[in-house]
Amino acid sequence: MVDDWRPRATQETLRARAVLLAAIRAFFAERGLLEVETPQLSTAATSDPVLASLATRWPGPDGPPRFLHTSPELPMKRLLAAGSGDIWQLARVFRDGERGRLHHPEFTLLEWYRVGWDQRRLMAEVAELVTTLLDGHALQPLETLSYREAFVAHAGLDPFTAGPDAWRAAAARHAIEGVGFDALDLDGWRDLLLTHAVEPELGQGRLTFVHDYPASQAALARVRDGDPPLAERFELYWQGIELANGFHELLDATEQRRRIDADLEHRRALGLPEVPVDVRFLAALEAGMPACAGVALGVDRLLMLKLGLDSVDEVLAFPVERA
Amino acid sequence: MANYSTSEFKSGLKVMLDGDPCAIIENEFVKPGKGQAFSRVRLRNLKTGRVWERTFKSGESIEGADVVDTELEFLYADGEFWHFMEPTTFEQFACDATAMGDTAQWLKGQEKCIVTLWNNAPLSVTAPNHVVLAVTETDPGIRGDTATGGVKPATLETGAVVKVPLFVEIGDLLKVDTRTNEYISRVKE
Repeated sequence: MVDDWRPRATQETLRARAVLLAAIRAFFAERGLLEVETPQLSTAATSDPVLASLATRWPGPDGPPRFLHTSPELPMKRLLAAGSGDIWQLARVFRDGERGRLHHPEFTLLEWYRVGWDQRRLMAEVAELVTTLLDGHALQPLETLSYREAFVAHAGLDPFTAGPDAWRAAAARHAIEGVGFDALDLDGWRDLLLTHAVEPELGQGRLTFVHDYPASQAALARVRDGDPPLAERFELYWQGIELANGFHELLDATEQRRRIDADLEHRRALGLPEVPVDVRFLAALEAGMPACAGVALGVDRLLMLKLGLDSVDEVLAFPVERA
Repeated sequence: MANYSTSEFKSGLKVMLDGDPCAIIENEFVKPGKGQAFSRVRLRNLKTGRVWERTFKSGESIEGADVVDTELEFLYADGEFWHFMEPTTFEQFACDATAMGDTAQWLKGQEKCIVTLWNNAPLSVTAPNHVVLAVTETDPGIRGDTATGGVKPATLETGAVVKVPLFVEIGDLLKVDTRTNEYISRVKE
């Protein structure tokens, strides 16, 4: 007897989901951004070592691999390079190996790009959208912290200058005991303290932006020269939970190629599978993409928090185990 | 025993940590969108009952613990050990005071108990949820007092002390919940 055929989300939650999606559409329609759809199946996989693409084959079981996108970023940038202007998309994206209270292997990403904008201006628009969508929630004024300020305030150390002993001491101060910490590199230590000590303090009673990330965590953001050089990247937090990630986008095709090669090298060192690179994205950057800023926001998490629920499963009709 | 990687962690899994067998109570997957994944795990140390919190870098693995729950019949205590028997194979197990914990106070003989074995040696013993035992010591009963809601201590034939209603007398048989130490009812022979 199959007894888990019923939806996980309540009827009330499904209605709230529809209302949220309609409000998102209205927000972008009013501002004149173009809604686009890009492929879920790609010839290329993500090269990011901390993400894993799900794969299938096309055509048929003997065809070459096709990868489910982990984000619509690269094809959207090809549209930008082709002159699309401001664009937005609600995309179902897929990530292997991620499952938990806040993680589901397929989820809804809201992603948009603003031509000619920088991270500051886009952060303001993200705040406007989220405040609109959270209509009814009393929020204190926005908080904006640099990555360094967030660590100094909540982990008690400078994430750019701390050495191994300082990271260990900070973990001990926060009663973080673990297995495998000897294998952590600098960014691993940063992520350990970020997830265990810093994030829980962010976005309490208000929206918190964190910006100016270490250059080693730039992903596809441009890096501003300085000491240390800083990635023009930001994240949005509410109630201790990461909701959005944005970049002042990298335009330099040579630098982009170098970062992808570094990712591939890192993947090999970790014993991760070889993946095909999106050569059409690189060609688009070489052809020239207009200066822009872009951001991706997790719609399921936002809805979960808006409704006061505890897991993203509760806002999904059918979580993967009963899909 | 097999090794388990973080992706196999789930509540109930028995693993070895710092030399002790533990049961995973809860496993939370933690990962920044663009960062390193971790498993934040709460485990119960099956020897001490203590709860530990540990963070595992994703992909780490840990040795499984050979821990199984078996239903055994309590035979007798010899002053040092409590002896149990597997009812189909007649295999016998001797549990020491550490493994018995508070459970010994409920046992007089022939009870079916859950004995948790680690590498086939007793780790802990859980009494049946309900036991029926005679009162050997308590203040004189107040006949008919079933309404005032007062309570008094009563010592049972196994040595356990429970709070009982005022009308209970020496020699009464009582049904007791071993999980909460609470009196449930008087029962007839």
